[in-house]
Amino acid sequence: MSGSRKLRDRGTGMGMTVKTVTRWLKGPILLFGIYLVLYGHVTPGGGFGGGVVIASAFILITLTSGELAGLSIFSKGAASRLDSVGLLIFLILGWLGTWWASGYFFENFISTSETAYHSVLSGGTMPIGNLALGLKVASALFLVFTVLSAFQIAGRAIDGLTDPEEQQREDKS
Amino acid sequence: MIYSLCLLLILVGLYGVVVSRETLKIVISILIMNHGVHLLLLLIGYREAGNPPIVDPGASIASFANGAVDPLPQAMVLTSIVIGLGVLALMVALCVRLYERYGTFDITEIRRLRG
Amino acid sequence: MMAINVQTLIPLFVAIPLGMSLLVQLVARRRHAVAETLTIITLLALTLMSGLSVGQSGIYHLGGWPTPVGIDMRLDALATLLLLVVSVVGLAVSLYSVDYMRRFTARSHFYSLFLLMVTGMNGVILAGDLFNLYVFLEVAAIASYSLVAFGCAHEELEASFKYIVLGSLSSALILTGVALVYGMTGTLNLAHIASRIAETGMSMPLLLAFGLFICGFAFKAALVPFHAWLPDAHPSAPAPVSAMLSGVLIKALGVYVLARLAFNVFGIGANELSLLRWLGLLSMVAGGLLAVGQKDIKRLFAYSSISQVGFMVLGLGLGTPLGLIGGLYHLVNHAMFKPLLFLNAGAIEYATGSRDLRQLGGLNRQLPVTAATSMIGSMSIAGIPPFNGFWSKLIIVLACIESGFYGFATAAVLVSIVTLAYQLKVQRMAFFAALPEALKDLQREPPMMALAMILLAVGCIVLSFAILTGLRDPWLIGAAQQALTAGIFGG
Repeated sequence: MSGSRKLRDRGTGMGMTVKTVTRWLKGPILLFGIYLVLYGHVTPGGGFGGGVVIASAFILITLTSGELAGLSIFSKGAASRLDSVGLLIFLILGWLGTWWASGYFFENFISTSETAYHSVLSGGTMPIGNLALGLKVASALFLVFTVLSAFQIAGRAIDGLTDPEEQQREDKS
Repeated sequence: MIYSLCLLLILVGLYGVVVSRETLKIVISILIMNHGVHLLLLLIGYREAGNPPIVDPGASIASFANGAVDPLPQAMVLTSIVIGLGVLALMVALCVRLYERYGTFDITEIRRLRG
Repeated sequence: MMAINVQTLIPLFVAIPLGMSLLVQLVARRRHAVAETLTIITLLALTLMSGLSVGQSGIYHLGGWPTPVGIDMRLDALATLLLLVVSVVGLAVSLYSVDYMRRFTARSHFYSLFLLMVTGMNGVILAGDLFNLYVFLEVAAIASYSLVAFGCAHEELEASFKYIVLGSLSSALILTGVALVYGMTGTLNLAHIASRIAETGMSMPLLLAFGLFICGFAFKAALVPFHAWLPDAHPSAPAPVSAMLSGVLIKALGVYVLARLAFNVFGIGANELSLLRWLGLLSMVAGGLLAVGQKDIKRLFAYSSISQVGFMVLGLGLGTPLGLIGGLYHLVNHAMFKPLLFLNAGAIEYATGSRDLRQLGGLNRQLPVTAATSMIGSMSIAGIPPFNGFWSKLIIVLACIESGFYGFATAAVLVSIVTLAYQLKVQRMAFFAALPEALKDLQREPPMMALAMILLAVGCIVLSFAILTGLRDPWLIGAAQQALTAGIFGG
């Protein structure tokens, strides 16, 4: 299994220029994604948009330096687990709303003062929800990409994959 | 008038689904159709010379409501795009698996089920 | 025991199966026993919760936001009925899967997707606004697409591709309808839309939207001009999934939403009702006639599903209280006996490895539980008097006569006879004909499979007694019918 992987991997790495540019770019892209997630409740963006940008950084690495490089940073198992964890955090956040105060699911139970509006800490539970969704979207997209790229056409070995389980959630961003 | 362009896009997608013989082309046609629907939704929330639906610091809610475009269709389109992404990933995975099994993308040759 | 406020249960109908589906992915990836236990416990909890919410109603404001701003979930008698059906069938199916799914790898994925499908259906049933309805519909649909392809063999992939293409088309139609309704009424809340439409009447775009909804949801319910995916998708899936798809998915996603939109939201008139009636008649007749010639036992049941959905829509399309009762009663009955029949078919396939009626025979000695429960299921679906199917079909026929549609009544009676014919064919060829040599020494059904089938058979018998509370007010169903005719509340 790993033998065929390496064989495949030798060819997929791109040229020196592309790799260098990617090395410079991946940091800013990640940072921009994280910014989008964190500021989701005050500016356009949010969990989904930010998550997509974060995933695109990993996808860029995979595309330029080969599949192994991408998977060494973010393995399939980890992505799958983070995918579930992100949504679970989101659900627990909703349940905490029931449990905490007046008892509504997804109640925003962290109160904020009016003066704090338009700053990062003004959203109550919303930034946490955005973070959870960002985690989920980033790992899910990366997972979809790696799983689809792991398909090998013409009956060659397919490394232990199952259908990419699409757990679509409405995006609250 | 511009609504009819969305309708046209939807019909182009529908035509593609009906006429295409390759699985991947069908997938692309469905995408086109979906985007026609998304554009229609966005157009419904559009208002001429409207502002982006973001409340600036210090702005009153009334002036915001008077000037901004309707944000709800945008949220709906975003959600719908997410759903579309999931369906797309599943469809492409199915296409690849079908190719593995049948060795073709041609739907006229993928015919085992009858009756 | 402390009193439970049903209001707080409403979001949990969606949250619990969703959370459990994630948990199964997270902790039970390799430990299949854990996945099975978690699924069964979840469905048990859902059954209990829906049992508790019988007779209750309420609107839940998600996040405490008031109605036009926030997302509403609404529970009424009709929703309760559907929730109960989904949970009970889901429970039986999850029990059945324990033994049946042993031959598949990656079983935890199956349970995860199964719970996701339950999430989607519960969400559709409880959704208080049009867009969330669409979103949950897609959640359930995506889960069902992948479940149909679960075995990854030739037929399953092909069926799933067909299903996903037609499903996406219908979803696009539905979304266009949602966009049009939002553009015309300026709101997505079902109650608000209903009151706006009551004020302004149906305009052309709204009529177009309603037409799009009828097409879209008729796809999901597999009414006849839109049924092409069902006879492929339902038989190709693993038996528990077929049971779930035929038993509740086409109803929760198709018939229920169609009824909700037609009666509670759009308040449709005579022309639209006659459209529903004709759609019902067409699928009733065509499905029944196509079922007779089938050799594959699951394919036969799939065509029979189309025919039975036709009965329901015919009942609903009458628009009279009795017709609605007939339609809803038949919906609940069909949700008991069709999963039962599909599970029987699965048990036969599990034991003999074949679904072809020509290769089967004499199984009533070899598989006693399957034979007995299948007999109950067949008699129910064919409308033999003491069983539940008889009562619901009787009510539909009576409602047709009451409204003066003698032709429809005759057709319904004739299709019942056709139903009897193809069920007798299954009984004769699978259970009573001479036993082929190849099937001499079969294993009996595993205990969990037998338990699931007995559970559903008991459900059929219990539903036969629902009629005791009155022809015009069967147990639970009368209240659901009143929820449909009383108009949507709150908002």
